[in-house]
Amino acid sequence: MASEPVNGAQIVIKALLDQGVDVVFGYPGGAVLPIYDALFKQNQLRHILVRHEQGAVHAAEGYARSTGKVGVVLVTSGPGATNAVTGLTDALMDSVPIVCLTGQVPTHLIGNDAFQECDTTGITRPCTKHNYLVKDPDRLAKTLHEAFYVARSGRPGPVVVDIPKDIQFADCPYSGPGNVKHKTYRPQIKGDAGKIAQAVDMMAKAKRPVIYGGGGIINSGPKAVELFTKFVKTTGAPTTLTLMGLGALPASDQRYLGMVGMHGTYEANMAMHDCDLMLCIGARFDDRVTGRLDAFSPGSKKIHIDIDPTSINKNIAVDLGIVGDIASVLEDMLKAWKAEKKQTDKKAVASWWKTVDGWRGRDCLNFATNKKVIKPQEAIKRLYELTLDREIFITTEVGQHQMWAAQHFRFEKPNHWMTSGGLGTMGYGLPAAVGVQLGNPDALVVDIAGEASTMMNIQELATAIQYRLPIKVFIINNEYMGMVRQWQELLHGGRYSESYSAALPDFVKLAEAFGGKGLRATKPSELDDTIMEMIAYDGPVIADIAVDPKENCFPMIPSGAAHNEMLLGPADEAEKPVSEDGMVLV
Amino acid sequence: MSETERHTIIALVDNEPGVLARVVGLFSGRGYNIESLTVSSVSVDESLSRMTIVTSGTPMIIEQIKAQVNKLVPIHAVHDLTAEGAHLEREIALVKVVASGPERRESLRIADIFNATVADTTTESFVFSLTGKPEKVDAFIELMRSLGRTEIARSGVVGIARGAKAL
Repeated sequence: MASEPVNGAQIVIKALLDQGVDVVFGYPGGAVLPIYDALFKQNQLRHILVRHEQGAVHAAEGYARSTGKVGVVLVTSGPGATNAVTGLTDALMDSVPIVCLTGQVPTHLIGNDAFQECDTTGITRPCTKHNYLVKDPDRLAKTLHEAFYVARSGRPGPVVVDIPKDIQFADCPYSGPGNVKHKTYRPQIKGDAGKIAQAVDMMAKAKRPVIYGGGGIINSGPKAVELFTKFVKTTGAPTTLTLMGLGALPASDQRYLGMVGMHGTYEANMAMHDCDLMLCIGARFDDRVTGRLDAFSPGSKKIHIDIDPTSINKNIAVDLGIVGDIASVLEDMLKAWKAEKKQTDKKAVASWWKTVDGWRGRDCLNFATNKKVIKPQEAIKRLYELTLDREIFITTEVGQHQMWAAQHFRFEKPNHWMTSGGLGTMGYGLPAAVGVQLGNPDALVVDIAGEASTMMNIQELATAIQYRLPIKVFIINNEYMGMVRQWQELLHGGRYSESYSAALPDFVKLAEAFGGKGLRATKPSELDDTIMEMIAYDGPVIADIAVDPKENCFPMIPSGAAHNEMLLGPADEAEKPVSEDGMVLV
Repeated sequence: MSETERHTIIALVDNEPGVLARVVGLFSGRGYNIESLTVSSVSVDESLSRMTIVTSGTPMIIEQIKAQVNKLVPIHAVHDLTAEGAHLEREIALVKVVASGPERRESLRIADIFNATVADTTTESFVFSLTGKPEKVDAFIELMRSLGRTEIARSGVVGIARGAKAL
């Protein structure tokens, strides 16, 4: 495959194109100038100039999660790389495939504290799936293709390729993506047949089964999502999804109980607690899901399917762990179910459903509306109802609004919900929306935001303006870092230390200053019109929705409590004070 | 909670820059113990290194450590010598003992019992070289400490499975 010599910068462009990349999110600087020069000389690869490198990674995450492709980032050395660290950590925690190219000072200057030098591979080692420093021109093309392979294979994640400036100028040989065969990294795709048979048998015998699905289903791909829905239908088991898994099963499915975990539904958490068999598919028993570990689903046998062997038996010891790709394992499970003519214990499962429906009857997401002030839940519910006929992608920031969005926005399809789950990165949603809109130019993209989070990456509004990306920033403005305020109310005697959003900008004027449209609603009567106006406008919008500042997010499992100890509303809060053990938990 | 166990784990890794940092960073980042860690190139073409890691934790943590190390991209294989059956563990210690009179004579006598060799001597000191299981090295060092001022250098444990099967 060797052809005429080209320099490293050109190799980078060629490798990206051969990997099917059509858009790169980046920010130029001294150590990546040759690559920017190569970008300038071609028309196939589109570069999106962000306003901060953190925004570049989040945009690439939004792009990756909404399209199923690898997101690509290009930043310079030193501060370019360190600014990307939060985004890389976010992508690692939420298993998002990212390839981040960082410029580096020339190889002969590495270690000399050169201008804009930092130990990029050292800094990003714990916050990437893998990283590379390319010191040999012969290795550049191979390394780039390997980076894509590692980023998207197995449990996806971010990969950094650090490219010194002299390598970008050096003559480098090129080899195509097909020539890469990894010598060590080969994730297990097919699940163990014996274990699959055992899992099917356990599922058929269960009297009170629960299926607990996570983001791994969506990461596995459309086939996995389809098979997951089929498996839920075949077994008829009550099914709950994690924050990352929303959309893996249509929210309208009768078997869907809503989200599990700290702000999940009462029925989902009670079912998790009281089940006799838990089938966990592509989720990782995160502490926001399990609550108190020693009281987590005490009476159940647990099966865990995951492509990442480290996820199994990490937080919760399970009875049966199956390592493999979810699409492959579910396909084999459905085959085994059919071949062995398995039947669920219909009578027992019907009686279990009766119990579950009893919990459903508590209507835990219910909230009191008010004529004078907009309730945050109402704002999200109306946004959902008024956009039902649209293809809509939702991103969020982090906090109360994020949990309300997860509760009240109902997703029928995967890849339409982008939120920072593992790391909980405020400032994720706006740049993520930029990436989502680029990947889905004709869709409606809304960042359900809080006023505090919005301020963390507000500069990316300029990116949206520059590229005419009509994203909507829907601010649930309660003038507080609401989740912090809620915890201070529950755990710290209502001492609202530094959680008030003082000196907020006028978001309407702010949107206008950037060149977008600003809207505001302060009364319930204005809500629908504001939403409709926001949707109708062909360009970036900030809609500032002034909501009840004192509203808390319920239901809630207080920290240190078990699934069956949920607070359902403000009345519960007074009755069940949080334990001292719970206070030290995050 | 289950009991803490001591395990000797070996990892075959690509002999490339940063691979040791990946493994060590994983242990420190996730709060695992390292009692000792040795690493050296072991293949003819120097492309592979072998690490022997002695660690401790509950059975769940030990399983997690092995899975986490195995997940690192440049890792070829991970083996838990402790779990996989009969194996050998050896360590080298260089022990300097500064002593005179009866203590000096006693140190030489004990070295003889332990099959330690004298690697260096002055009129007031010895450097003993000792190879053996970690427990034997521990015992030797403890005895030497009672005889005078000591300085200790230990290699950490290297391990290999018994029998004809080679990795």
